[in-house]
Amino acid sequence: MISAILVGVGGALGTIVRFLLSAVTPNVAGIPLGTLLINLSGALALGWLLSALAAQGTESGRRAQLRLFFGTGVLGGYTTYSALAVDSFEAIASGSVAAGIVYAAASVVLGVACAAFGILLGRRWPVIRRARR
Amino acid sequence: MSVLLLALAVGAAGGVGSVLRYLVDNAVPERLRRRYPWGIFLVNLTGSFALGAMTGAVSGDWSTILGVGLLGGYTTFSTASVDAARLLLERRLAAGALGSVATLAACVAVAGGGYALFAS
Repeated sequence: MISAILVGVGGALGTIVRFLLSAVTPNVAGIPLGTLLINLSGALALGWLLSALAAQGTESGRRAQLRLFFGTGVLGGYTTYSALAVDSFEAIASGSVAAGIVYAAASVVLGVACAAFGILLGRRWPVIRRARR
Repeated sequence: MSVLLLALAVGAAGGVGSVLRYLVDNAVPERLRRRYPWGIFLVNLTGSFALGAMTGAVSGDWSTILGVGLLGGYTTFSTASVDAARLLLERRLAAGALGSVATLAACVAVAGGGYALFAS
């Protein structure tokens, strides 16, 4: 029950940040730049968070709560896959085939690269010291 | 609806969507999830279909609350990316690379299917 509350509250916060950020970021050449930046920054942050937490050893109750709130909740709600899929489809269906494919492919390739970079960062730089217990 | 109220409604819907994602992911047996992140794949596939369907059928504030909020919070890009990166770092190149490309293609396809089915 506490897990679901952590995920829900975190997800609400992440979703509001995404809503506000994407509202003030323009589309460039038919590509929703806001969603792209949100998804890439979220992938980087989650890669770092999970690997920094894992670098501290086996998962404790406190670390599990941090993972659920910030990882599954905040960063899960902050990033989105459905908007990526629908925006790509709409670009392709409206004739901007190249823009749609480039947006979709760049999202996924750069997203994995950002996540991998975050994972490597977290291994070298696990700064969540207060969660050590 | 004022922007503040809309933002709060979107946030509340995003919280519900995030809990749904957590429940659906955990409903997939762990034996399966250990081999490949099927739970998040299922979440993103169903969420992309639903957003495609909604895009063709709902408009106004409800489309923002349900689309940006509920389905935006339900689906996730960060976990999908981190899972793929982990597979690649573990040298499971086929699962990491093909899985990412296949997930993307499948989600775009079902988003289009949902749109085509429900477009008014």
